[in-house]
Amino acid sequence: MELPRYHRLRGPYYRLEGRACPGCSRRFVPPRSVCPTCKSGGLRPFAFCGRATLYSWSHVLQPARGFASMAPYTVGMVRLEEGPLVSAQLADADGVELAVGMPLEMVTRKIRDADEHGYIVYGYKFRPLLMATRPRP
Amino acid sequence: MRDVSVIGVGQTPVGEHWDRSLRDLAVEAIAEARRDAGVDRVDALYVGNMLSGELAGQENVATLVADAAGLLPKEALKIEAACASGGAVLRAAYLAVACGAHDYVLAVGVEKMTDVLTDGVTAALALAADADYEAAHGITFAALNAILMRRYMHEHRASHEDFAPFSINAHRNAALNPCAMYRQPITLEDFIRSPIVADPINILDSAGISDGAAALLVCPASEARRARRPPVRITGSACATDTLGLAERTDPLVWQAVADSARLACGQAKLKPKDIDLFELHDAFTIVSVLSLEACGFADRGSALKLAAEGRIALEGDIPICTLGGLKGRGHPVGASGTYQLVETALQLRGEAGPAQVKGASIGMAQSVGGSGSVAITHILQV
Ligand SMILES: [Zn+2]
Repeated sequence: MELPRYHRLRGPYYRLEGRACPGCSRRFVPPRSVCPTCKSGGLRPFAFCGRATLYSWSHVLQPARGFASMAPYTVGMVRLEEGPLVSAQLADADGVELAVGMPLEMVTRKIRDADEHGYIVYGYKFRPLLMATRPRP
Repeated sequence: MRDVSVIGVGQTPVGEHWDRSLRDLAVEAIAEARRDAGVDRVDALYVGNMLSGELAGQENVATLVADAAGLLPKEALKIEAACASGGAVLRAAYLAVACGAHDYVLAVGVEKMTDVLTDGVTAALALAADADYEAAHGITFAALNAILMRRYMHEHRASHEDFAPFSINAHRNAALNPCAMYRQPITLEDFIRSPIVADPINILDSAGISDGAAALLVCPASEARRARRPPVRITGSACATDTLGLAERTDPLVWQAVADSARLACGQAKLKPKDIDLFELHDAFTIVSVLSLEACGFADRGSALKLAAEGRIALEGDIPICTLGGLKGRGHPVGASGTYQLVETALQLRGEAGPAQVKGASIGMAQSVGGSGSVAITHILQV
């Protein structure tokens, strides 16, 4: 990834920073500048709490260029507590029996092989919530 | 707006053309479409292509093709809408003729994918997804569709095996198409044993990387009788869009752009889905066939698998799909696939589909989808 592009993405990538719509209170990550629901502009920064549930997932056996050292890895779509769905890699999922609806939390991890520029790209991933911190039923 | 007809079609076989370049393939399809029409005149050339820059190191590809095909100094433009580029290029040609800017326009879709190794093609195809929020996280195109498929299986209590009839149907029909890449029929056993790409998606759920070009010559319907072959009217042409990122939809299993483009095209043609005799849909993955049939109104939500299991998608069924193999069986040279679908639909309506002929077909729908349902282009052709 090109350095300026990575720099631009540091808010969402490191801290899951998105936007909140002042018109209808919808929240977005990736950040948007116009709300697709109520067409308001002036969306404000919004930090998501990082808690989520699993919507669906896949184990990638045929990786794209730039992800060979990580294969096989798990990707998924997660439903953030504040509403939106996000696509991300799942971390610490080896040996865990995944299930739709299971609780997850955000962690910041290396998300791809080092490319020709040599630096490491970090970003959000979601991991199954540790048993100890899982709310009791 | 003027009525527009397709008066000539041409296609190269789909395959791994090691000895032929992007320009060779495009020139062959164009020559065949012009020969088929028996009309010399061409006012403009539109080239549908997704990945020439990434996979062939070549942009400015419309000029390249115009030059190679002997069409200089005519207008030539590249049209890109990811995997829907082939549908988009006919839409561009249709608009140019309908509005009166040009009379005779060639639409050619071409893609050359097999020069590059699989990991490079996988990365290139992911360019249709959101670069920062999907592709950069290693979420391949197959993985996005796999996420959808698993969710669909969860919501509708389906098994992976339930998707097999789509792949089996595509291969059965491809065996009847001399231009198809995968001409061997497959069994349920083959489907179950096929290697996983991104679970639950396996190789037989997925359309294959390939090379090919297909072309259509269009003109005002009022002049179409000049052509050698029976003209095919374009009675519907519509494009609709949805969020680039799959996760940004209210419900990722509802492909709204697909639904909207089909509804608009049917509205223009004053038709309902039940009037359609055959549907060339964008079966890049079996789950895409399912979501497209449901979005377009051929099946209720959650019931497209039943449609396939009952054989209703077969050539003799009430809604035949992928009649000459679809993306799965014919092969999926991405930017060209839409033009193959349209050429095949035209051949069906002309009664020239050989052993794959849908009896009495007079209305066909062809639909190209780019990204994970982020852009959809639907055409309705009639004789
Ligand atoms: Zn809003």
